[in-house]
Order: sequence, then C-alpha cells, then structure tokens
Amino acid sequence: MLQTRSLRKLLATQVKLYLREPIAVFFTLFMPVALLVMLGFIIGNEPVPELGGRGHLDANLPGYAALVIGIVGIAGVPIETATRREAGILRRFRATPLRPLTYIAGDVLANFLMMVLGVVAVFLLGRFGFGVPFHGSLPSLALGVFLSAAAFLSVAYVLGSVLPTARVATVVGNFLLFPMVVLSGAVVPQQIMPETVQNVAKLVPLTHVVRLFGGLWSGHRLSEHLLEIFVLGGFLVVGVALAARFFRWE
Amino acid sequence: MCEAKNVIEVDGLVKRYGTLTAVDNVSFAVRTGEVFGMVGPNGAGKTTTVECIEGLREPDQGTVRVLGMRPGVDHYSLAEQIGIQFQVDALPPRIRVGEVLELFASFYSSPLDWRQLLDQVGLTAKERSPFATLSGGQKQRVFIALALVNDPDLVFMDEPTTGLDPQSRRAMWEMIEDIRTRGKTVFLTTHSMEEAERLCDRVAIMDSGRIVALDTPDNLIAGLKAEIRVAFSIEGQMDTEILSDVPGVTRVEQHGDRIVVHGSGTKLLGRVVSALESSAVSFSQLRTEEPGLEDVFLALTGRRMRD
Repeated sequence: MLQTRSLRKLLATQVKLYLREPIAVFFTLFMPVALLVMLGFIIGNEPVPELGGRGHLDANLPGYAALVIGIVGIAGVPIETATRREAGILRRFRATPLRPLTYIAGDVLANFLMMVLGVVAVFLLGRFGFGVPFHGSLPSLALGVFLSAAAFLSVAYVLGSVLPTARVATVVGNFLLFPMVVLSGAVVPQQIMPETVQNVAKLVPLTHVVRLFGGLWSGHRLSEHLLEIFVLGGFLVVGVALAARFFRWE
Repeated sequence: MCEAKNVIEVDGLVKRYGTLTAVDNVSFAVRTGEVFGMVGPNGAGKTTTVECIEGLREPDQGTVRVLGMRPGVDHYSLAEQIGIQFQVDALPPRIRVGEVLELFASFYSSPLDWRQLLDQVGLTAKERSPFATLSGGQKQRVFIALALVNDPDLVFMDEPTTGLDPQSRRAMWEMIEDIRTRGKTVFLTTHSMEEAERLCDRVAIMDSGRIVALDTPDNLIAGLKAEIRVAFSIEGQMDTEILSDVPGVTRVEQHGDRIVVHGSGTKLLGRVVSALESSAVSFSQLRTEEPGLEDVFLALTGRRMRD
C-alpha cells in the first residue's frame, strides 16, 4: 500500500533537504557543469583526429552527464541512507504508520529528480551554451536517462542497505566511485586505455551509461544499444530485489 | 467493582541478547489514564522492555498486548494510536521545525493541527528554524510534539529529560503533567527517582532485567518503614521527654541546641510540632528528611542507583 499524501509530503521535503545540502548540490548540479565549462573554455570543441574527427566537447558531454548518475548512485544516496539509519532518523519514521515502501518511493523519486536535473543541466549547457550538436532523438535519450538513473538508484539502495554506518558507506562509496569513473570513460576516453583495461571496464556499470548516453546523443537508436539496456535493466531488477530484501530501518 | 481498563498488558516477557538476558520474565499492566513509570539504573532493561511493547523489538518469550493489539504484528494500526519519543532520537539536521511536524502529520489518518501543537510546546517562534539550530530542550519539545501529532491514547517517553538543563527539565515535567491532564496514558522510563516521584502514579522499579517492586511512589516509600528525621534548633532548654512520648517517635538525640527526632509515620512532623508548641518551646531551622525512591532502590537491591 502506497500512502499518496505521505508520499507527496516526503518527496517535497526530500527535494528541499537535498537543495539545502551544499555537498550534494555541488556534486550533482555544480561539478559536472563546472567540468563542462572548464573543458569548453580551455580546450574548446575543435575536431580532433584521435577522437574520430569529433571535438572534445562532443566526445565528453555524454560522459559528464553519466558522471551525475554515477556520483549520486554510488556515493550520494548510499552515504545519505546509511547516515540517516545510523543517526536514528529512519527509526523515527518507523515509529509512525509510514510504510517502508512509501519512504523508499519518496526518497527514490527525490533522488531520481535530482539526477535527471543534473543530467539535463549538463546536456542543456552543452547544447545551448557551447553549441554541441545533438543528432539523436529526444524520447530515446530521455528513456536512456531514466533507465540509467533507475538502475543506479536501485544499486544505491542495495549499498545503502548493506553498508552499516556512514563511515563505511563513505569509504566504500568513494572506493567504488573513483575507479569506476576513470574506467567508465566518463572523464577519460576509453580509446586511450590499454585493451586489457578496456575489457575490465566493460564490467563497470557506469561504462554502459557512458556508452548509452554517447550513442543516443550522437544519433544511435535504442536498438543499437541492447547490450547496455540489458545490463542496466539487469542491475535495476536485481537491485530492486536485493534492496527490498535487505533494507533496514535500524 | 470499577477497575480501569488496562492499556498495556505484559506477561512473562523475556528478551535475550546472546547470552545476556536483558529482560527476564517481566509481567505488569498499565492502566488507562495513569502516568506509569519504569525506573532503574542504566542497563536495567527499561529501554528493551519499552521497545518490545512498542513493537520495535521482538520478545523471545511472553505476550504483550497494547490497546488490545499485538505489537509488531499489528504495527501499522497500533502506530496510529500511540506516540513514541525515543531515548536517542534524531531528525535530518536541515529540516525546519514546521516542515517536520507537517511531514509527520501526513503519516497519520487523523492528525492534530500541527500549528496548534507547535504552539502548545512553545515553539511557534521556531517554525522556520532548522532542527540542528535548536537547543537540547527545544529539540526534545519537537520530539514530544511528534509523539503527540496523531493525538495518541498512549504516549511512550524514554528518558525525556536526560541531558536537559534544570529549567528545560522542569518545563518538560509540566508538559508531561499536561499530557496526563488531557486524559492520555503515559509510559515513562527514567533513571531519575526524583522525576518518577514527581510525575508517576505508579512506578515499576527495574534492576538487572527484573521488576523488583511495583506500586505508587508513596506506598513504595511507606513500605520501606524507613525512619523520618525531624531536626530543629531550640532556644534555651527543653525536656526531651516531651518528644519521646509522641506516638511514632523512636529516638531523640540532642547535640547542643540542635535536636534530632527519629521516627516513622506520615503524621510524625505534625505531632512533633504540636508537642513543641503545647510545651511552649521556641524552635527554629526545622528540617525533615524523608526517604525517597532512591532509598527504596537501595533497600531493594543493596546498591545505590548511580553506582
């Protein structure tokens, strides 16, 4: 049973709290945009032979958008969830008739909104601020963004459920996040990595978000990215099942 | 026979953590409309007992009924009718006082007007303040408001004044008395005997996972048959014989102009004073020392509460 009135209030409260959290706002909304601005002004978007005739912005824009998904999913949500559990905030909710499903739905929706907002900010700035051409279809890109956000949020709740304390969540989150960001090609093109590293990178979930966003931005159809869709869909299904199994109030 | 209905019935409750038996075969009932106190030192098993009653922990043995429901099993319908203030309680630091009350009000099917409630706990001026900026006493009042937002019949308070300054502590006591006046049943746990004596209609004294005594504070103290001491200073001379004959007096000591009368019974002080007046003895600096729940605990366990 989903309690719609509680859900609306929770969602509104979570979004407000999110926007009051300078660190969260920095990593989701500000940092990827700042990276984009630096790259745009320092390097620009001249076609480069090593990137197959594309410019640096063309090549990196989808990666920066993927970065938002990775940071919120692997670090932001797990750390916040573990912090709230450890502080006893989740227990305060448990003393009420609020259902766990309603709480999680409110939290997921709020984080989903923030992820999508961060991704949209990067794409809009790239497209209209720096004139990076968009060759794809908007509905396909939107579906790709929604799938990626949902998949990473489900992983986020698995991490948030199994990592016992805020400290552990911070350590594990960052330990997973940094190699993942580097290997995924979100900031460093995978083309310049050795072949064995590229093979390892295929096992990194964020790689599939980077490839999906890159393809959809440059005009691929969804049907050309069945591997990425399959992998992210798998993470989503398995993640939801595991999070439902392991989520704890305290 | 007109006996108040029980809101809580606990029978043979046992809760173990590994090899430690935190709650060891505890049985009691809480009556409608009373302030029921559970007192004892830290680690006596009070919080574990309360959490089993609230349905937040599962007992290993025994049955618990709260408002006729089974805690844990009927969690959501029970949560509608009870209010809980935790010993260790927390909220997101940046949430505003008004926001948190509005949010929690939305969790219940028929909540109170949260603005009125905010006024009752004296926090109207803090409606837009972030939770983290409040003082300890103000935070505790927010938690009390959250425990009352569904207009519950039964309110649990676990150590509501621990860590508060004396002024906030008194304000909290007045708030608890006010909750009782509005006809609600209050289940209070505390390790302050002073608090239990002041607020509770009945007190269960808990030690090492067991209830060692359960009665009204007056009966518990009277049951001690402990001596009351009445001390005063006299001007001039007096014959201590006039006091030795007073009913209830067991012993009279004189140290210079200071007289100490030992005895028992609730009327001892009045009798001593009238005996002095009828013999026209002028006295000053009258003091009485009566036993309290601290002495009850000491007598029952052989230890002081704060050991």
